[in-house]
Amino acid sequence: MSLLPKSRKARRRLAAVAIAAPILAAAAVLAFYALGDSVSFFYSPSQAKAAGVPAGRTIELGGLVATGSLRKTADGGIAFLVADHRDQDPVSYKGELPDLFREGQGVVAKGSFRPDGVFEASEILAKHDERYMPAELVKALKASGEWRGQGQTAAMAQ
Amino acid sequence: MTAEFGSFALILAFALSLAQLGLSVGGRWRGSAALSGAGEGAATGAFICTAVAFAALMYAFVTSDFSVANVAENSHSAKPLFYKITGVWGSHEGSMLLWCLALTGYGAVLALAGGSLPARLKASAVAVQGGLGVLFLGYTVFASNPLMRVVSPPVEGHSLNPLLQDPFLAIHPPFLYSGYVGMSVVFSLALAALIEGRVDAAWARWVRPWALAAWSLLTIGIMLGSFWSYYVLGWGGWWSWDPVENASFMPWLAATALLHSATVTEKRGALAGWTVFLGLVAFTFSMLGAFLVRSGVLTSVHAFAIDPARGILLLGILGFAAGVGFVVFAWRAPSLAPGGLFAPISREGALVLNNLFLAAATVAILFGTLFPLIRQALSGDAVSVGPPYFNRTFAPLMAAVLLLLPIAPLMPWKRADLKGALQRLWVAAGLAVATAALSFALARPGQAVTALGLALGVWLIAGTLTELVERARGGGAHAGEVWRRLRQLPRGAWGMSLAHIGLGLFILGAAMETSGRVEAAKVLGLGESMDAAGYHLTLGHVGDVDGANYTAQRATLAVTRNGSAVCQAAPERRFYPASQQTTSRVTICVRGLSDLYMVLGEPRTGPAGQPAWLFRVYWNPWVRLIWLGPLLMAIGGGVSLSDRRLRFGLPRRAAAAPAAVPEPAE
Repeated sequence: MSLLPKSRKARRRLAAVAIAAPILAAAAVLAFYALGDSVSFFYSPSQAKAAGVPAGRTIELGGLVATGSLRKTADGGIAFLVADHRDQDPVSYKGELPDLFREGQGVVAKGSFRPDGVFEASEILAKHDERYMPAELVKALKASGEWRGQGQTAAMAQ
Repeated sequence: MTAEFGSFALILAFALSLAQLGLSVGGRWRGSAALSGAGEGAATGAFICTAVAFAALMYAFVTSDFSVANVAENSHSAKPLFYKITGVWGSHEGSMLLWCLALTGYGAVLALAGGSLPARLKASAVAVQGGLGVLFLGYTVFASNPLMRVVSPPVEGHSLNPLLQDPFLAIHPPFLYSGYVGMSVVFSLALAALIEGRVDAAWARWVRPWALAAWSLLTIGIMLGSFWSYYVLGWGGWWSWDPVENASFMPWLAATALLHSATVTEKRGALAGWTVFLGLVAFTFSMLGAFLVRSGVLTSVHAFAIDPARGILLLGILGFAAGVGFVVFAWRAPSLAPGGLFAPISREGALVLNNLFLAAATVAILFGTLFPLIRQALSGDAVSVGPPYFNRTFAPLMAAVLLLLPIAPLMPWKRADLKGALQRLWVAAGLAVATAALSFALARPGQAVTALGLALGVWLIAGTLTELVERARGGGAHAGEVWRRLRQLPRGAWGMSLAHIGLGLFILGAAMETSGRVEAAKVLGLGESMDAAGYHLTLGHVGDVDGANYTAQRATLAVTRNGSAVCQAAPERRFYPASQQTTSRVTICVRGLSDLYMVLGEPRTGPAGQPAWLFRVYWNPWVRLIWLGPLLMAIGGGVSLSDRRLRFGLPRRAAAAPAAVPEPAE
């Protein structure tokens, strides 16, 4: 009992801290625990090659949809090449494409590489604005010399 | 001419905001009613001028004046009138002007209707609001003028992004912005109270209506945005923890915490510093949202009107305004008078716990939203944080809040008897446990999270109803008497109950939709059919349709269930030639609270070479509750706002007293 502060006010304050601290600590632990497998890394094809991304790890692959590479597969899926200046990766995807998906336009695909090197996308990121490019994609394209300014997507799509 | 006139009005609004700041500071300093009055006049003038500039821009859009750069980039002469008008806020510049309109509008209401505020507090608040006006109008005038002309006007405009040409999205920004910017008044009042060095029950009572109004508008704004993404984006999702969604959710959470802590400050004079802090935080999150949405620093599916260079400016404004706020807080908060004492087990205690959990949840979302930036700065890796992070951090913290929620209103102020409160909730608890058991065993076998979600929803609704009835029943009155007393309960009590029931409905909807969603996709030729969630869809025909500014393919589907007709669906796939974009227009068959959601996909070729189309069908059980719940919450906010005790302009008992007398506990 002697360890506790004497004044009523200080005791109340101690009680408040005693209640608040575990809640905040629990929230922090929860956050770091949940962060572990929710974070996915972004690579362009050449970055993915350089980093040696192992098959099966979920990443985001971004680049431009190579013009003329889009084709529909027999099983109802689609296949296309995602390219930056130096490299390109085949991507296979089953499901509906976002409305703004086009050849020559920037794309971000979420998924993982198969052992045979084909990127199996589980999600193609949709966007609302045809002028919008994800910041990572802009950076990756700039790094590989593919970037031609903000207007490029509209120009290439015509 | 109109555009120049509008530009002039905008610059005048900026000058008037400067005057508002200067005159109000002078009025406060000298204690001069004349100077303060002039400052209030300037606030009204700034609003009128901003409104004129806004009207000028709207006129340019309606008349398709493509010599105005913003109109040329975001409008098209073939666009329907409604979307010409809403195109005004479809761009970076226009949306910032809408922001300024709301900001000066709130400033004018504060100046005109804040009659019951003490003169010095009011002058300080009007000054801070003027300072915010200077920052944002200055930004609009110097860096993002929507009324700039182009040297050689194009014949035709680029048109508004077709996805934004939708009635729900058209009204979503005005609600969202009135909510975001409504927090600015709370910010101004908080800063003013810090400058005056007095935060008491009376102050909390002045802040609450503003916070309530802003919170209700923000609730509607977020709900409309969610509904829009649900039926426009064509994948049937209503929330994806996207940075832009989080940006609107964080101020909402802060405002929710503020509403609850302000109640404690109002009734008991306690938590004054914390309430002020939340007032500053809420608007800081609003500004952070404006920055995140427009700067493009985070990858978002909703990113819009991106401009990294001007994003830095917005960050500067955010840093300056929030910086001033928090520095003043750090300097003055220690001198605030400590409030009333309370036992840990009391309504205050419960509300403190509510605030702790809400704050922890907000910080968790903030951390997850900004983590890609932190990581980028530290290691240069480009990463994104997925929805699982948010689900795992936010859901448990919210579950704790929901568990506590029905208990708090049953506890008296100062000191409460937890056992007594829990005893009165045994019916609600029983219903919740029964729901969980039924769901776990029968409806959704083995899905613990769904069972827990449904139980929490029932617990919330039943608990809130219990509290209402308990309050009316008093010492055991009969049914007719209870009804009479229920009708006489203060509006504030009804508002709180409606909002809590709305939250419960939302939880029920979210739990059912997330776990019970059924997806089906099939390529159909004419006359072929598919099945989804017990519904049978037959493709009748596919034809071409011409819209005002698009061409479309429209499929006609007959939907039946057990042989009887349910509805005729006509999903479309639209092509907008002006912007070379394709969008899907989904058809939703509303079945009670649930939706059968149908999307026409791209044309395919059938196995025998005949034309065929990809159809995707979603069955979303109880999904309507996801929007009806928040709507009820906003209505609850409105009902609370109409409470006599909060009405603007009424003399208040505590206003005259030097140290506010806390109201007796109810």
